[in-house]
Amino acid sequence: MSDMVRRFGKNRLALVSLAVFAVIALVAILAPHVAPYNPDAIHLGQRLRGPSPAHLLGTDSYGRDVLSRVIYGARVSLEVGFIAGAISLGLGTALGATGAYFGGAVDLWVTRCVDVFMSLPALFLILVIVALFGSSVLHTMVVIGVVAWPPTARIVRSEVLSLRKRDFAEAARAQGAGSARIILRHMLPSALPSVIVQGTLFVAQAILLESGLSYLGLGVQPPTPSWGNMLVDGRLYLAEAWWIATFPGLAIFATVFSLNFIGDGLRDATSPQHRV
Amino acid sequence: MRRYALRRVLAVPFMLLGVSVILFAIMHAAPGGPEAVLMGGNLDQATAARIRANLGLDRPLPVQYVDWLLALLHGNWGNSYLTGEPVTRMIMEHLGPTLELTLVAVLVALVVAVPAGVVASVRPDSWFDRLSSAAAFAGISFPSFWLGIMLILLFASYLHWLPVEGISSITGGGIWDRLRHLILPAVTLASTQIASLLRFTRSSMMEAIQQEYVRTARAKGLTERVVIYKHALRNALLPVVTVLGLSLSFIVGGAVLIETVFAWPGVGQLAVQSVFSRDYPVIMGVNVMIAAVVIVGNLVTDLTYALIDPRIGYE
Repeated sequence: MSDMVRRFGKNRLALVSLAVFAVIALVAILAPHVAPYNPDAIHLGQRLRGPSPAHLLGTDSYGRDVLSRVIYGARVSLEVGFIAGAISLGLGTALGATGAYFGGAVDLWVTRCVDVFMSLPALFLILVIVALFGSSVLHTMVVIGVVAWPPTARIVRSEVLSLRKRDFAEAARAQGAGSARIILRHMLPSALPSVIVQGTLFVAQAILLESGLSYLGLGVQPPTPSWGNMLVDGRLYLAEAWWIATFPGLAIFATVFSLNFIGDGLRDATSPQHRV
Repeated sequence: MRRYALRRVLAVPFMLLGVSVILFAIMHAAPGGPEAVLMGGNLDQATAARIRANLGLDRPLPVQYVDWLLALLHGNWGNSYLTGEPVTRMIMEHLGPTLELTLVAVLVALVVAVPAGVVASVRPDSWFDRLSSAAAFAGISFPSFWLGIMLILLFASYLHWLPVEGISSITGGGIWDRLRHLILPAVTLASTQIASLLRFTRSSMMEAIQQEYVRTARAKGLTERVVIYKHALRNALLPVVTVLGLSLSFIVGGAVLIETVFAWPGVGQLAVQSVFSRDYPVIMGVNVMIAAVVIVGNLVTDLTYALIDPRIGYE
């Protein structure tokens, strides 16, 4: 693990990405202090104003400050990304490890579920669930997390599968350790690096999914600003106000780009022999 | 090989069964059933009960499921609650545009990604390699539909070179008009695949170049061009095509958003519309159809791969 940190530290691109992401996260956390305006304050007299010193990124169709909404949107998008990520990692790890450790019928059911879930495009499934059960920030992150567990389950399963027959697992069992203890204490730590990599890349994925869902009007509901639902407004006023769609998009891009590079750097750091 | 193929083929119906169970469960766990949709929400208890009985929704769930499944297998996918049109006909009408869009997008992605990947692999760490891999990363880092919006902004709103949306002009304008409508959505959808294809081509090529047969080809005195394009690329392309086949589910998923941005009358748009109007039979039909396409696509990819590459183990 410390080896991983050291190797990651040598990757300049990954470090820069980490710094960029840290700034974005900090801005999200400090949103009330950083945002120049109230993100929901409507000024109909100032609709669709272009970027200016007063409104650095312009105003939207309700006269709201785009910069402030992008800043507050960061909160929602990151929240959705991380909580959805935690849910899918938790589910995937639990199911993958259980399947691999117990083998037999349990494993068969887990792998079948993985196959079935992966044959439905995630977006279709998420779309159906959110539309039928109602859309809210909470639903968005839970649904994204619940639908996206199979890749993690696959990774953890193959990792635990390769460890199950090793001597240290046998030794732990001989000492009288229970199944749960062997999985949690002896196997998952070895799977942790790949889970972390997967998690980083998935948070990026979840942010993209949220934006797509919100763009369709099924994710985070206005007036709560999210990068995705700001784009809806942007598409509507594309011809006369390019800034509304452009800046939330760039915010998504900066976040996902840095997360992808961090994930890639972590992957290189965990398995230097597998550098692509 | 035969056993492997047989096992994979036999798994298909079971996977579809799994998909149908999941979909059915989701639909019936959702609050506010179909009767609310039919009557616009405000109806008294007696009417609601009558509608439920008419639709057979008052029977036990397993019975409903088996009935629905049998009807599905007999080609009776039900009628839209909204228009009364048969679901199968609606899907067929929308399938064409989606296939057109995805096929052209895949073609665009291949034409861009494979040559770029080859050039990058021949000179690793050159400026081209760095640039293309940065571009590839960028390509998967913004929402594809946002790229679509930006392309509309540039090429339709400002330059007026291409139409904003739709599949053809209302007046109709032949093949050229159709092509002009296809360009932006196809490029947008392709952008989601270019990144992974490029990276995969590059790593697959780099592996191929180090193989013995490439050294042999060089030793024979063949030109570098022939060595790279004839010997290395042919072998390197196999895994690339597999990756493409397996990303079918992502391509179809991406089409949902892109069809919405460009008002493209495909299956994705049908899915979104049916979900908004809670048109249950259409939602079920579209999802079963999509899952079937993805499952069969994956099967064909796997089998082709196993067939072409004798080194593949079948376990």
